[in-house]
Amino acid sequence: MGILTHKSLSAQSHSLSETDKQLKLLQEAKLTRFEENLKKSNLFPLTAIDLDVFQINVGKMCNQVCKHCHVDAGPDRKEIMTRETMQLCLDAIDKTTCSTVDLTGGAPEMNPDFRWFVEQLTAKGKKVLVRCNLTIIVANKKYNDLPEFFKKHNVEVVSSLPYFNSTKTDAQRGDGVFDKSIEALKMLNDVGYGIEGSGLTLNLVYNPSGAFLPPAQGDLEVDFKKKLKSRFDIDFNSLFAITNLPISRYLQYLVASDNYQGYMEKLVNAYNPMAASAVMCRNTISIGWDGYIFDCDFNQMLDLKVAAKGQHLSEFNIESLLNRNIIVNQHCYGCTAGAGSSCGGEVA
Amino acid sequence: MKTYYDPADLKKFGKVSEWQPELGKKFFDYYGTVFEDGALTKREKTLIALAVSHAVQCPYCIDAYTEGSMEQGYDEEQMMEAVHVASAIKGGATLVHGVQMMNKYKDLSM
Repeated sequence: MGILTHKSLSAQSHSLSETDKQLKLLQEAKLTRFEENLKKSNLFPLTAIDLDVFQINVGKMCNQVCKHCHVDAGPDRKEIMTRETMQLCLDAIDKTTCSTVDLTGGAPEMNPDFRWFVEQLTAKGKKVLVRCNLTIIVANKKYNDLPEFFKKHNVEVVSSLPYFNSTKTDAQRGDGVFDKSIEALKMLNDVGYGIEGSGLTLNLVYNPSGAFLPPAQGDLEVDFKKKLKSRFDIDFNSLFAITNLPISRYLQYLVASDNYQGYMEKLVNAYNPMAASAVMCRNTISIGWDGYIFDCDFNQMLDLKVAAKGQHLSEFNIESLLNRNIIVNQHCYGCTAGAGSSCGGEVA
Repeated sequence: MKTYYDPADLKKFGKVSEWQPELGKKFFDYYGTVFEDGALTKREKTLIALAVSHAVQCPYCIDAYTEGSMEQGYDEEQMMEAVHVASAIKGGATLVHGVQMMNKYKDLSM
């Protein structure tokens, strides 16, 4: 695979691989409490309003070790969703009116039951999104046909590409990632992904490669489209600008680079009530590899389970989930800064 | 170590209004309006500000608009090109005065 340059925090037994240590650090910073801002915006307690999206983390195993990864994913992570837990997901989905299933990881394609799961979900008529890191497509022969598989099931592909050059991309995602990502994007374009009129959606995700906030995604999308087309003849549909949340490896980076306090102040100062009212956790639930239920993928990584009856898929309770209060903490400022941030980019 | 410039002072910029609120308010309102999207985008204006920050050699401005440019999605190559624009204009402004020097030289020469 050739991309591993670091170990996960977990494999390093780093103190910030522990969720209680991360939460303690988040609480310690002398900043306005997130709840206080929600109260001022008449949004506290933050409540669920719908359940339209199931975001399912099918495992923490990944072929990359990105510096900003809030999952602390990597080749050394062995947590992977079993087919039995996938079946529990399917059973739970049947009890809801959700339209979309968003598959994430790690590299979700590395789960041995990934393709089976996608087939089951599309058979139910659900829109399926896969958060594909691109390099997995070229990491091994057995993954080379992923573009065809995605096409067959009309899966929407959402892929991180922090910039249209290798310097910034490799600095965040590992040496050689940019070139492999371009190779994979060409393979996706070749089967129709991102090509106008094909009906196959390829969206890219921009995360800042450092301790700063993302730009307006519309402006940056124009730049990305122009540069990727002229330099590599690559097409895509939309660019999502996503703010990095101070969790796990990104939190560790902020602390190690002495940017933690400054970054948190920036997030707090950029608090936007409009973004707060539209945060993704209000219509989403996040499922962990072991079947536990969370308000979002970030709460999942901090092990903050939903405040509802039935915190595990085996006791899934749709009524309780729809009436739950969402658990918030200081990391939530990452989703409410500026134009807001969600897994689909800006929200306000 | 005490220095004339303290990076922490940038956050205190707004305090200049404490001693002259009316003019302070007018300045900051104007400043905010200048950077809104207009015929030029906020993004374009940020890169102009980065170049001007170097031309006026303001360390506060350089810090602010380096971060601002990164937040607008510019990369190091684009940002350095902007600084070269400032450098070229400043260098050119020095050199073009050479014409004045030549004129004066000729005036005083036989």
